[in-house]
Amino acid sequence: MSELPRARELGLVGCRVCGLVCQDIFSLEAACPRCGARLGRSMAASVARTWALLLAAFILYIPANVVPIMRTVSLGDVDDNTILSGVVELWRNGSPGLAVIVFSASIVVPITKFLVLGMLLLSSQAGSGWARLQRALLFRATELVGYWSMLDVFVVALLTALVQFGIFSRVEPLPGVMYFGLTVVLTMLASMSFDPRLIWDGGESDD
Amino acid sequence: MTDKREPLRADDLPEPVVRRPRFNVALIWLVPALAALVALSLVVNNWLQAGATITISFLSAEGLVAGKTPVKYKSVVIGKVNRIALSGDRSHVLVQVALDNSAEGFATVDARYWVVRPRIGLGGVSGVGTLLSGAYIGADVGRSKVSTDAFVGLETPPAVLHDAIGKSFTLKSGDLGSLDIGSPVYYRRIQVGQVVSYQLDQDGTGVSIQIFIDGPNDRFVSRDSRFWNASGVDVSLGADGLKVNSQSLATVLAGGVAFQAPPRPHDTSPAPENASFTLFADQATAMMPPDGPSRYVRMRFDQSLRGLNVNAPVEFLGINVGRVVSMNLDYDPQRQRFPLDVGAVVYPRRLGRAYEKLAAVAHPGGAQTELSSMIGVLVAHGLRAQVRAGNLLTGQLYIALDFPPNAPPATFDAQARPPLIPTVPGSFDKLQEQLAEIVNKVQKLPLERIGRNLDKSLAELDLTLEQINQKLLPQLNDKLLPQLNDRLLPQINSTLQDAQRTLGSAGRALSADSPLQQNLERTLQQLERTARSLRALTDYLGAHPEALIRGRQPDQTLPQGHQP
Repeated sequence: MSELPRARELGLVGCRVCGLVCQDIFSLEAACPRCGARLGRSMAASVARTWALLLAAFILYIPANVVPIMRTVSLGDVDDNTILSGVVELWRNGSPGLAVIVFSASIVVPITKFLVLGMLLLSSQAGSGWARLQRALLFRATELVGYWSMLDVFVVALLTALVQFGIFSRVEPLPGVMYFGLTVVLTMLASMSFDPRLIWDGGESDD
Repeated sequence: MTDKREPLRADDLPEPVVRRPRFNVALIWLVPALAALVALSLVVNNWLQAGATITISFLSAEGLVAGKTPVKYKSVVIGKVNRIALSGDRSHVLVQVALDNSAEGFATVDARYWVVRPRIGLGGVSGVGTLLSGAYIGADVGRSKVSTDAFVGLETPPAVLHDAIGKSFTLKSGDLGSLDIGSPVYYRRIQVGQVVSYQLDQDGTGVSIQIFIDGPNDRFVSRDSRFWNASGVDVSLGADGLKVNSQSLATVLAGGVAFQAPPRPHDTSPAPENASFTLFADQATAMMPPDGPSRYVRMRFDQSLRGLNVNAPVEFLGINVGRVVSMNLDYDPQRQRFPLDVGAVVYPRRLGRAYEKLAAVAHPGGAQTELSSMIGVLVAHGLRAQVRAGNLLTGQLYIALDFPPNAPPATFDAQARPPLIPTVPGSFDKLQEQLAEIVNKVQKLPLERIGRNLDKSLAELDLTLEQINQKLLPQLNDKLLPQLNDRLLPQINSTLQDAQRTLGSAGRALSADSPLQQNLERTLQQLERTARSLRALTDYLGAHPEALIRGRQPDQTLPQGHQP
């Protein structure tokens, strides 16, 4: 046995919920006879769903960065900030550490996610067998780090709730934060809908 | 399931049930479509909202921040500063403003922009809100439809916005006084408007001040309204005591304009927009009847006019009819005198009804009213100009046109332009003349003869007294006493004894060393000295009669008369 057998090749499918092993009927509508969880898995559906969510997230990521996310009113001085201008302001006002955190959470992580998911999708669609283990690791890391992008949304939400001192100081959320939150949610959904088994599908020669 | 290790056969395993999916997988593509729609709507919205981009030039960008400073109209944000740059010649800054789509009316030629900053002036404090929030650009929409994208920003906020209800008027004044843009305009001490702008007239002879009266009070400005400069404090001392009259304290400090209708029948119809009025210096001047056209007259005085100033009043029988405008020294080579040419502006209309009647006399039947012919009539009746003291304390003089008694006849040239009014010396000159007359009369007194006669009389008196002393008293002793001894002694012996006692005391009294004798002699000596000094006085008075008035002059006085 030059290579390890796979469930599909043996005509088997395991229920992910209750662990029942069934015959693989290669139907998308198959469900576990014991617990009713879905068994059918379609590479095409997963890829399409991931693509769609990723695309939607990417589209919303543009207004999330252009439209200001937060309004700071201090002593009548109204200041609207987008994500990037907020980072710049933090850096200028002597909080480079905070600026780095916000920058990585709001810019680096989402963009990394777009790139990683896009790359995974493309390579999976191509059925490439290149660096499968590393790609799987990358996917797990992406999933883990993904929800940290919500940091910005939490910051805005917290500040809005906490900083309400009338004319002295006030923080208001602006539409941008909604787009940004949607982006984060959609990327998380996208990474959830990506079936990591796709990485291992396809050409078996290489491994 | 006991046979665990037995290899599984697919046929033994349960078959999955088939369940139809709740929705089609392709529906997931609705999500990106929706996202795209949202993004697109944002773009479209942004594109629709974006209005004109205009450039405003200011002298300084103080307080302006690119990307942040808003442009506001009535505190509504209508745009935002995009970019701030220096102009090519670095003389001012160019502020690029992105207006909202709704603010397209603000990109027309007569829209105005200014920077709202905190301002503190005598008239008040403005823009305090911007102390905390930072400056913003104020905008005022114009009425024009011609659009443009380049503006010159105002350095001070405009006093009146375009859509303010009210009327603008123009005030003509000789100078600006203490007025400034924003100075208040009062009607019955209520502020009803303000000074909007001012500029020099084209020829530079005056100032035009634009004021704006807020509605509905603009209806109080009638065609006959009088405007005056309400700056300062008016202190007047009248029969009813000291009166201090002023508008509000702010006006005293910062200046202001007040107006009111004249206290006589007048045109009460509201003045039209942009009507022109004269700005008077004070309320009293403003309330006077209209002066009508002014005329220039000339007077020639042969005396010093110390105390007569330009703007000194010219009065006709106590009525102020004009003022002095010029004083020029002239030289008359024939008489070797320095006459003073005094020019004055008179307002014949101030004479009121008298003017009309005089005009009728001067031009019977004619409608022409020539001032010089009217003056000619008056001069023929004895009108003369005279300089009089208006105030003895300060020595201020004024010119009185009057009919002085005994005025010397004068000629009047009706063709001369400007007319020359003949003059008579003023009251001070008259006093000098009277003094000179007195001196003349004193000089004519026969003081020398009087002195001589007095001298002679005194000498005779002296002689007489001497005779009495030397002859009468010895005779009395020689002749009377023997007679008395012979005839009366026996009878009145006893009486004589009393008389002897009496006579003895009398004899003591009359003796040469008696006090009476000495007193008499001293008196005579004094009389003699008096006579001598009288003689010296008469001699001196004869030589210097003016000493009677001026006192004895130790030095030789200068010869009389002008030496040019």
